[in-house]
Amino acid sequence: MPVTIATSIDEACASLAAHPDALVLAGGTDLMVEVNRGVRTIGHVVAVDRIPELRGWSLEGDRADVLRLGAGTTCTDLAEPALASLVPALAQAARTVGSPQIRNTATLGGNLATASPAGDTLPVLAALDAEIELQSAGGARRLPLDEFVTGVKANALIPGELITVIRVPVLEGPQEFLKVGTRNAMVIAVTSLALVVDRPGRNVRIALGSVAPVPLRAVEAEVLVAERLDFENMASPDSDLVDRFADLVADAARPIDDHRSSAAYRRHAVRVLARRAILRAFPGSAPVPA
Amino acid sequence: MTSVDGFSLSINGHNRSVVDAVAGESLLFVLRERLGLAGSKNACEEGECGSCTVRLDGETVCSCLVLAEAAAGREVVTIEGLGSEGDLSDVQQAFLDAGAVQCGFCTPGLLMAVDALLDDDSKPDDLTVREAISGNLCRCTGYGRILDAVDRAAAARQAEATP
Repeated sequence: MPVTIATSIDEACASLAAHPDALVLAGGTDLMVEVNRGVRTIGHVVAVDRIPELRGWSLEGDRADVLRLGAGTTCTDLAEPALASLVPALAQAARTVGSPQIRNTATLGGNLATASPAGDTLPVLAALDAEIELQSAGGARRLPLDEFVTGVKANALIPGELITVIRVPVLEGPQEFLKVGTRNAMVIAVTSLALVVDRPGRNVRIALGSVAPVPLRAVEAEVLVAERLDFENMASPDSDLVDRFADLVADAARPIDDHRSSAAYRRHAVRVLARRAILRAFPGSAPVPA
Repeated sequence: MTSVDGFSLSINGHNRSVVDAVAGESLLFVLRERLGLAGSKNACEEGECGSCTVRLDGETVCSCLVLAEAAAGREVVTIEGLGSEGDLSDVQQAFLDAGAVQCGFCTPGLLMAVDALLDDDSKPDDLTVREAISGNLCRCTGYGRILDAVDRAAAARQAEATP
């Protein structure tokens, strides 16, 4: 049978080593679209959706402030309250993916493997400086997100490798994920934006989706607000600072005209989302501790 | 085209052998074309429309995006497993009573989605209902009566649960 249904990471890696041209099948929500259209032919397949090691999550580190997510975590799982409370922006992003049927099978690892510029979780992972762990029969390696996603639907995976773990910090501070599309349900992002606040670290990290081949950080905007925002009281920034922040975020975008939108609209939308995100994150008063 | 060795699927509680599949066939294709279960509908083949919704180990999925062979060993429930003529499920009866069927193409997928919703939440609020059926498109745009049918089905299931 050309389909191997792996039940452990070791088994999947052994199968990938034996068939280096094999396709890794997780949720199938991207891969099967291509197969159905006839643009991708199927040879050997390694199905990884029944590997328990890929499904769970846990907290790591001396202060339990690193979230270790199995690559097989589904979008439905990411939106569950326990995970959503640890990485709210990732839950918000997962919640905007496709439909309930899609979210039930689509995985975080699959979103990374597809590496679409419109991948909804990617800006959040970029803002969080996520670390991606890859495993093969020969061993494991870890890459930061910006070294993993290398271009439009291109990534650093080499034949025989499997995405196994995604690590993100658990930060103290508000997070936002915002997405513009043509409707609310089942929409591919025209543009998206993730903003995460690290209150103890006194910084804001902001990343953009669908406006470049890879998720982009708006570094100049981050530097500007790190110096100027009131992280103690979460006071609303004045309108001059909001304007300068939104301009810098929009300047960081490198959008193109395509079938989904125009570059000009995307840049406009990024500016609007940047304003919205910073004002939501800094509403004018510190949140009451839960 | 590469043919594949036979494999078995558990569908509506029955073991079904698939002997003449070609590599890459979706669960939807195998259900309809290999096994004669034509209740699940084929429209978009890209997960947009929800017409092919089935339960896979209890979860609603688009069967067009499931590689058939990779579903071996999992429990598949299709619309044919929900109820039968003369023995309709509560959700099917509610759709009939509400007149929530126009051309009928989206109906099997909607029935599966609503059945799954009511298994999870017997008293869903309006937003929850709309969210639960957001992956099922009705191009007759008959959503008003569909929402009415969900209310009726929820009421029927609650009545069943509290005799």
